[in-house]
Amino acid sequence: MQSFSSKKKVIEQKKMTLLERLYLPAIFQGLGITLKHFFKKKTTINYPEQKRSVAAAFRGLHVLKRDEKGAERCTACGLCAVACPAEAITMEAGERRAGEEHLYREEKYAIKYEINMLRCIFCGFCEDACPKDAIYLETTFAPANYDRNDFIYGKDRLVEGFKRDEIVPPVVRTLEEANL
Amino acid sequence: MDFQGFVITLISIITLFSITMFIALYSTFAERKVAAFMQDRRGPNRAGPGGIFQPLADGLKFFMKEEVIPVASNKFLFVLGPSIAIMSSLMTGVIIPWGGQLIVFGNTVSLQIVDLDIGILYVFAVLSVGVYGIMIGGWASNNKFSLMGAIRASSQIISYELSMGFSIVALLLVTGTMSLHEIVERQHGMNWNIFYQPLGFLIFLICAFAETNRTPFDLPECETELVGGYHTEYSSMKLGFYLFSEYINMFISSAVMVTLYFGGYNFPFMDQLLHATGSQNLVTIVGTILLFAKVFFFIFFFMWVRWTIPRFRYDQLMNLGWKGLIPLSIVWLMLTAAGVLFFKS
Ligand code: SF4
Ligand code: SF4
Repeated sequence: MQSFSSKKKVIEQKKMTLLERLYLPAIFQGLGITLKHFFKKKTTINYPEQKRSVAAAFRGLHVLKRDEKGAERCTACGLCAVACPAEAITMEAGERRAGEEHLYREEKYAIKYEINMLRCIFCGFCEDACPKDAIYLETTFAPANYDRNDFIYGKDRLVEGFKRDEIVPPVVRTLEEANL
Repeated sequence: MDFQGFVITLISIITLFSITMFIALYSTFAERKVAAFMQDRRGPNRAGPGGIFQPLADGLKFFMKEEVIPVASNKFLFVLGPSIAIMSSLMTGVIIPWGGQLIVFGNTVSLQIVDLDIGILYVFAVLSVGVYGIMIGGWASNNKFSLMGAIRASSQIISYELSMGFSIVALLLVTGTMSLHEIVERQHGMNWNIFYQPLGFLIFLICAFAETNRTPFDLPECETELVGGYHTEYSSMKLGFYLFSEYINMFISSAVMVTLYFGGYNFPFMDQLLHATGSQNLVTIVGTILLFAKVFFFIFFFMWVRWTIPRFRYDQLMNLGWKGLIPLSIVWLMLTAAGVLFFKS
């Protein structure tokens, strides 16, 4: 039949020669190859003790940044959640009260900010979307865990240098209310 | 049998049993390490220094697993299968001469537990019982994959036992005895049978791979076609028994190969060593150590081949067995017979 593309290839099944049918030469050749690999340097690294160096642009775990005065930059605009293709981010906005200026830079801030690390695909779109330079992806990995719920990272694990008592201002809010 | 002899035999059987189990246990570890190394990986290295406790962890895991006996299976036979498999593989060890004579407190102790004058036949008889373990287990599971695995195992072993038998007969023509002890004694020093029977050894080796169900002949448990083969339905320690019996078989086959073709506990310059030191015990111990070194090499070889060669197709296996090895072994048998006739007369 005429071939309509130039990709046609005639494959012929040759009869094996006697030497090939004996299998043994090929087997010994194979044994030689595996033996060579036996003494080769191993490519595996012992992960938790040894870590592979990553590129500077590596996208790992997120961090919510603070500004130079130590106030949280995030203003709970939700643009990161909109940009997120995996829908991994949820947040709840709250209004800054008097006396909290040193904690939150903007008048509106995130009471609750959660990223589900099992959903996240570490694309970095949230980083790009953020108008306040609040969220960045760093070069650390999400560690393994025994519980799926533990992969939902709240503010306690996202905010840079987070301190628990800092978030409970003298006003009223308890930690439960703040729903961290 | 007098009481002393009884105690000595008992002790040696228990020792052999523990050594066999220990070697089988660590073969599993070695296999994983060898596999890893050949694939440029590191293998298990978490349990203990360098992963040395990995087999214990594996064993513990086997014990902790749930025992599932399928409802549709024949319960008695289902349990009998792995028992036969492991029993038959443990039984062969007793007739292997693990060393020469040891003199302990004036008693001469032979490192061979029983010296049957039909040693080789015993090995064959017990090895063939082993396939019943696979057959029964596969059939009793009432699962088509298991049954296919079992059928493959039995037909494979029947096919390869023939050429293995022929290669042994050729060896017997040269040695003139069936007792393993005498066969080893005849290979004193460097007078090993491999030099008289190179082709016979090759045939024996190939058949040993088939008999122990190792790659490239591991069709009875070929995962890609048969899920798990004859042990698809098995779980927990019963599966452990099957896997263990495979490793014990590997160990015993290596030992038989070394005994028959590589001089057993004989090593070059053993007479000189005996002469120089005058200590029979020393020679025996060195011999035993070397025997184990040779055995370990063959165990390594089994693994080496496993991680090198892909599995044969079933028709290739049968072709190789019936059209390749059997005629070849018959020709070799006749050549050996002619040679023996020529040189002896
Ligand atoms: S990195 Fe991508 S997937 Fe992960 S939270 Fe940000 S936008 Fe969503
Ligand atoms: S992290 Fe940035 S984009 Fe996301 S809510 Fe906060 S300010 Fe908006």
